[in-house]
Amino acid sequence: MPVPLGYYLGLAAIIFTVGVIGVLVRRNAIIILMSIELMLNGANLTLVAFSVHLQELSGQVFVFLVMTVAAAEAAVGLAIIVMIFRNRESVNVDNLNIMKW
Amino acid sequence: MFDLAFYILAVLILGSALMVVTLRNIFHCALFLVLCMFSIAGIYILLEAEFIAAVQVLIYVGAVTILMIFAVMLTHQLTGKTIRQVNDQPIAALFIISSLLVLTLLALSKTTWEVASSSGVSPSATELGRALMTVYVLPFEVVSVVLLVALVGAIVISRGD
Repeated sequence: MPVPLGYYLGLAAIIFTVGVIGVLVRRNAIIILMSIELMLNGANLTLVAFSVHLQELSGQVFVFLVMTVAAAEAAVGLAIIVMIFRNRESVNVDNLNIMKW
Repeated sequence: MFDLAFYILAVLILGSALMVVTLRNIFHCALFLVLCMFSIAGIYILLEAEFIAAVQVLIYVGAVTILMIFAVMLTHQLTGKTIRQVNDQPIAALFIISSLLVLTLLALSKTTWEVASSSGVSPSATELGRALMTVYVLPFEVVSVVLLVALVGAIVISRGD
């Protein structure tokens, strides 16, 4: 393997951190969903790198399952966002307090 | 050769990921997300995990980001350039982000990773498919039920009344 394992892990850690920046800083719910996808991709990259370098198949199986759940999460999350926009005319998370009482 | 490809892909990924979280125009964010996911598929090919790379292109580039673009189109009126895009807690967020980055990179540099002796031969797509149909058949079926539930849930939520 020409590129050592630590490089892939470092890249994955930085991708995850960029996703955290998006979740913590932005106010638009769609951008927050995109940042969650970035974080999931960082975790996936870690799993694939370990799977290849340790000659262990289960990491790639797990990535497959994570991707399926991520697609399901994006579908349901975006449906909720579109529904909220229809009711409140905004997808700004600072204005979303429907669940509070 | 592999090193050069890795560095180019890493720069592409990090640049487009930063664009996703900083640009003001949400549609541009979605387009940079496509580029980011595509470069991560390139990294998977570099790791010789070709099945995962194909699934990445199909699911993330093909489905998830297109769904995101649909949502942007459906909610576009109030997301123009005049609206402030950053919330009121940038200092606290900066503190959390920098400590997270420093901690993960520190842990990464302190650990010596064990690598298999025959490193270099990646598990092939054939082995992966066989494992999915034998050892991991129960999670495989459960995740298909999860997909069905999410499909029905998304339709029920967005149908309105």
